[in-house]
Amino acid sequence: MFPEECKYTKEHEWVFVEGDTAVIGISDYATGELGDIVYIELPDEGSQVHQMDPIGTIEAVKTVAELFSPVTGEIVEVNEAIIANPEIVNKDPYEEGWFIKVKLTDPEELDVLFSHEEYAEFLGEQEE
Amino acid sequence: MSATIFEKGKNGKSHSYLPPHDCPLEKLDLPGRRKSALDLPVIGEQDLIRHYVELASKNYHIDKGMYPLGSCTMKYNPVVNEELARLEGFNGLHPLQDEEDVQGALELMYNLQEALCEICGMSAFTLQPAAGAHGELAGMMIARDYFRDRRENRKTVLVPDSAHGTNPASVVTCGFTPRTVPSNEQGLIDPAVLERETGPDTAVLMLTLPNTLGLFERDIARVVEIVHRAGALVYMDGANMNALLGIVKPGEIGMDIMHLNLHKTFSTPHGGGGPGAGPVGVRAPLEDYLPVPRVVKEKERFSLRQRADKSIGRVHPWYGNFNVFVKAYAYIRTLGAAGLREVAENAILNANYLMKKISQWYYLKYPGPCMHEFVVSGKNLKDYGVRTTDVAKRLLDYGLHAPTVYFPLIVEEALMIEPVETEKKETLDRFAAVMERIAEEARENPSLLLEAPLTTPVRRLDEAAAARSPELCWSGEERK
Repeated sequence: MFPEECKYTKEHEWVFVEGDTAVIGISDYATGELGDIVYIELPDEGSQVHQMDPIGTIEAVKTVAELFSPVTGEIVEVNEAIIANPEIVNKDPYEEGWFIKVKLTDPEELDVLFSHEEYAEFLGEQEE
Repeated sequence: MSATIFEKGKNGKSHSYLPPHDCPLEKLDLPGRRKSALDLPVIGEQDLIRHYVELASKNYHIDKGMYPLGSCTMKYNPVVNEELARLEGFNGLHPLQDEEDVQGALELMYNLQEALCEICGMSAFTLQPAAGAHGELAGMMIARDYFRDRRENRKTVLVPDSAHGTNPASVVTCGFTPRTVPSNEQGLIDPAVLERETGPDTAVLMLTLPNTLGLFERDIARVVEIVHRAGALVYMDGANMNALLGIVKPGEIGMDIMHLNLHKTFSTPHGGGGPGAGPVGVRAPLEDYLPVPRVVKEKERFSLRQRADKSIGRVHPWYGNFNVFVKAYAYIRTLGAAGLREVAENAILNANYLMKKISQWYYLKYPGPCMHEFVVSGKNLKDYGVRTTDVAKRLLDYGLHAPTVYFPLIVEEALMIEPVETEKKETLDRFAAVMERIAEEARENPSLLLEAPLTTPVRRLDEAAAARSPELCWSGEERK
C-alpha cells in the first residue's frame, strides 16, 4: 500500500481499506518520533474494537505510546511478525510493519479521518 | 570496555597471605553436591583490588559532581549520618534479638514515625516498605482492604498524566484499573475534567504532588473535595516532598494515604548506593490497615505489635531497612523544623533560578514558577537534527550527569531537571553554562552532539538491543 492512499488519525495511525477490511498501522512520522520500538501488545483476533479507543501498547526505548483503532469492527488478523520482531515496524511501517486487520462495521466512519494531504498539513502544524 | 573479573581470572594465578591449612581435608559427601567445577575466577589480591578500584573510578556519583536527575532528589548525604548508622549499637543488631535488648533501636523507629507524622500531618506511619513503588503498593492495598470492609466495590484508580510512571503499575499490581486524567494547558489537574471522570466506581485518586512537571496543583482543595464527595480516597505520591517540607502538610490538605522516599527527601544514599525506604502514612480512619508489625510505645516501653485484625499483613521481612531509618532520623533531628523548611525553600529557589537560565536556550512548555524541579524540551533543536538524547549524551562529555530524559511523557523531548538545595550557585551556573554551550554546538556543529559521548569509557550503547533481547545472566563464555 502507498502512504498516499491511506487515511490517517491524529494519533498517527494509518488505515488502508481493501473491500470491507481495514489494514491498520502507524505512520513513519510516528516511528520516527518513537525511535526504536522494542515491544508491542495487541488485542486478540476476534476482539471488537471501537473507533479511537486505545487497543494496544507500543513500547520504544525512550517512551511508551498507545495504539488507537481508527475504525470500529472486529479484528480478523493480527500481525504476529511484528510482535516477535518489533523492529519491522521501524524498518517498514507501511508494508511489513502493519499491525491489525479489522472487518469494518461502519465504512462511513472513514470520513472523519485525515486524507494523506490533510495529515501532512496536520504534521506541519504540529511542528510549529 | 575493560575485561570482566571472569575474563581476568581465567587460568589466573592466585596468591594468598594466609598460611596453608594444617589439618586433614574432610570431603563432603552430600546428596545434591555439584559435580562440575565451580569455575570461579582465580586472581591475585592486588589484581583483584585494582580491578574494582578501576571500575569504581569510572563511576559517576553525587560525591563526584552535580547529579540533576529529575524526580530522584540526588542531594548531598551528610557523612555524620553514615557515622551514626555505623554505630555498633545499630549496625550490630540482629532482627531476632529480644525486644528488651533493642529498646534504643525501637525508640528510634518510633520517634522517626512520630517525626514523619508531624512533618506530613498524618496520623500514623509504617516504615516497612523498602522503596517508593513498594510504598505505593502498600498504600493501594490499604485502600483495597478499606473498601472491601465497607463492602464497596470500587475498581478504578484515577491517575493524572503528570504522575510518576510507577503509579499506574502499582495500581494494576493491586488489582485496580488505572484511568488517566489528562492535565490542562497549565500542566495541572483540571477540576472540571476530574469531576467528569470521578464516579461511584472511583476508589482512589493517585496524584504526585508537586507533579512530575514540578508544579503544585493550584486547585488541590477543589480536587480533594471532588474525590471525597464521591466517597473515594486521595493518595499522594510523596516522592517530591522535598518541595513541601515545612511548608505544606499533606494530611492537612486532605491526603488520605501517602508515601515518602527517605532516600530522596531525607537524604539517605540511593542510586546504586541504596537501599531505600518508602514509609507510608495514613489518616486516622485507615490506621488499622497499616502493615504489621507496628512499632508501638506503651508505658515508656517499645515493642513490635505483631497482630492487628485489619492489617494488610507483612510487606517486608523483619522490619524494613533499618540503617536507612537511622540516617533519615539523624537528618531530621540535625535540621529541625526550621532547617527542613529551609531545605524546601532552597530547593525551590535553585530550581527556579536554573529554569530561568536554561529556558533561554531550551523550550519551556509550562512556564513556572516551578517547585523543586522543572521540565524543558529539546524540541527547538530538532531543526538541527539534534534530539534530547543527544543533549544528554553530550552532557557526559562535560563531566556532568544527564537529567532525566523523555519523562514526563506529556512533554515532547523532555529534560527533567532537579538541581536540589545542596548545590551552590557556582555549580548551578556551571551547569547552565554547559547547557548553553551544548545548545550552541547543536546549531554550529551538531555532529558533536550526534557522536557524543566521546570521552566516556563506553560510547553509545545499543539500548534497543538491550531492551529487545537482554542477556541477564553471565554465561561463563568469553565475549567475542
